[in-house]
Amino acid sequence: MPIRPPSWRLILIVLGLITLPIGVGTLWLLLTALFNQVHGLLPVGNINFGNWRFLWEGSINGRPPIWVALFNSILFAATVAFIEVLVASMAAYAISRMNFPGRRLYLGMILVLHAFPAVSLLIAIYYILRVLGLFDTLFGVILVKASLEIPLGIWLMKGFFDNLSWEMEMAALVDGASRWTVFRKVALPLVRPGILALGTFALLSAWGEFILPYTLIVSGKSWTLALYLQSFLRESFVDYGMMAAVGLFYALPVFVFFLLGQKYLLNIYSGGVKG
Amino acid sequence: MIKGTDVTLRGLSKRFGKVWALKGLDLEVQAGELVAFLGPSGCGKTTTLLLIAGIYRPTTGEIHFGERRVDHLHPKDRDVGMVFQSYALYPHLTLFENIAFPLRLKKVPDAEVKSRVQSTADLLGIGHILNRRPAQVSGGQQQRAALARALVKEPQLLLLDEPLSNLDAQIRLSARAEIRRLQRDLGVTAILVTHDQAEALAMADRVAVFSTGELQQFATPDELYRKPKNTFVASFVGAPPMNLIEGVFKERAFEAGGFRQGLEGPHPQGQGWLGIRPEDIELRAEGTPATVLVVEPLGREALVMVESGGVRLQVLVPAEAKPAPDQQIHLHLPAEKLHYFDRTGTRVGP
Repeated sequence: MPIRPPSWRLILIVLGLITLPIGVGTLWLLLTALFNQVHGLLPVGNINFGNWRFLWEGSINGRPPIWVALFNSILFAATVAFIEVLVASMAAYAISRMNFPGRRLYLGMILVLHAFPAVSLLIAIYYILRVLGLFDTLFGVILVKASLEIPLGIWLMKGFFDNLSWEMEMAALVDGASRWTVFRKVALPLVRPGILALGTFALLSAWGEFILPYTLIVSGKSWTLALYLQSFLRESFVDYGMMAAVGLFYALPVFVFFLLGQKYLLNIYSGGVKG
Repeated sequence: MIKGTDVTLRGLSKRFGKVWALKGLDLEVQAGELVAFLGPSGCGKTTTLLLIAGIYRPTTGEIHFGERRVDHLHPKDRDVGMVFQSYALYPHLTLFENIAFPLRLKKVPDAEVKSRVQSTADLLGIGHILNRRPAQVSGGQQQRAALARALVKEPQLLLLDEPLSNLDAQIRLSARAEIRRLQRDLGVTAILVTHDQAEALAMADRVAVFSTGELQQFATPDELYRKPKNTFVASFVGAPPMNLIEGVFKERAFEAGGFRQGLEGPHPQGQGWLGIRPEDIELRAEGTPATVLVVEPLGREALVMVESGGVRLQVLVPAEAKPAPDQQIHLHLPAEKLHYFDRTGTRVGP
């Protein structure tokens, strides 16, 4: 008897069951953020925007205004993504295209770094930042986050550069370009899908980053949204309603961004130049 | 009108790791000439081309364009145009911007870029599709665009790396003639790398045959065909290839097993090779007896594989005169069409 693929309906049911907890969690977040009180998944009372008063009331319970945290989060994610894309694409080009002493060793080390559990470095990083005077600054955390992500970025971009034809670069050299011009005008435009993918990935990863700012930032003026959200759990009375609202506020940009950027994210796994 | 340069290579070598891709090449290309570098893959012909372009730096030796020594110069300072096997067009740019690329790098003013790109493209018959991208045009048009990009900066030297091998057989023949005509009209010196001996013979003023990193022979197509310098050139140039029989030169005869061919005039002695082209062997009523093994009709002619005294030979005969398989025939090898090579494969006569 030939093997038949299971019906679409069965596949959908199985996948639906597996994703159910995530769906329920999101629904709970939505309901809790919008109603006075929720019993389980059952809202009590009316729709109420009181949970969202952090948007207009400024400082609440000694927290900095949410707009400061939002600004910090955007600054953090954008700067990390920018540094990561810049350094990774240049390093990846060098590794993919140029022969220099220690290239293989360097490649191996990048791979090890990429696999290294970053959390185990936290104490050392703490001391390094203190010595450099960057402890408790957003810039310090940006540097740490970018350097931890760059190895992955280099590997990813190297794959894209490896797919470019040598002849095209040779052609550009003969046409009168310098090595730098070849990189800027020929190689870089052709790995645009890779840059967009890496940029999207870096933005999302930095947006969701919690442990690094949590360890390396103390003062409220440098808080990111992740720290703002976590601060609710440190209080004796946890305001779950407002916490859910902040959570939603924090997640909303990611939803939007993912909808716009998923095309490039998928590219990470397929790679390559499309003519 | 471009003034082509002459090119002189002296003692040119290139080593990759432990492998010598090119060994001590001496070669002179005259201004306005089209020279083909011919050889099987890995023979050093493309390496030589990339050395001339400046992509590789030579391990030893010198490259001169006219009076100017260029082997230490960056490719951009050599004033060379090049067409690659894959065409290497920039997929993110339109054909216009592809062709304009060398001019933009030279900071040529916009209006001049426009007119030069247009006139070069018109010359190659792609003036009407300049706003398309490489992926949106045919292979033949891509090849023309690559040629236009190489010619737009009016180089002194045009390098062509297997420019026709990605084309369909049909347009390949017309592209051959067109490149030749264009090169002659423009007066640019050109070097063509190819593994196709027919292409080299048809297009080039002179052909340099390479094997294992060494120049085997540098001569006109005619001389290459009539007087190959060694067995490699003899077997590589010409299709079907020359018959080469290994045997012994004796007094007024050549013997290989049961095969025997009488010789006239001066000839070598001892171990060696006897060569004769398939089209030079005649079928006669009398002569060396042979058996027909296989007959391959080729249209106008037929290629016949025969055996005589343990030696296999290919014979090209007019289609209407072709024998049948297993038929007993007689071969005549005209004395003036024989080639003699010594045991190392070097030509020793006539």
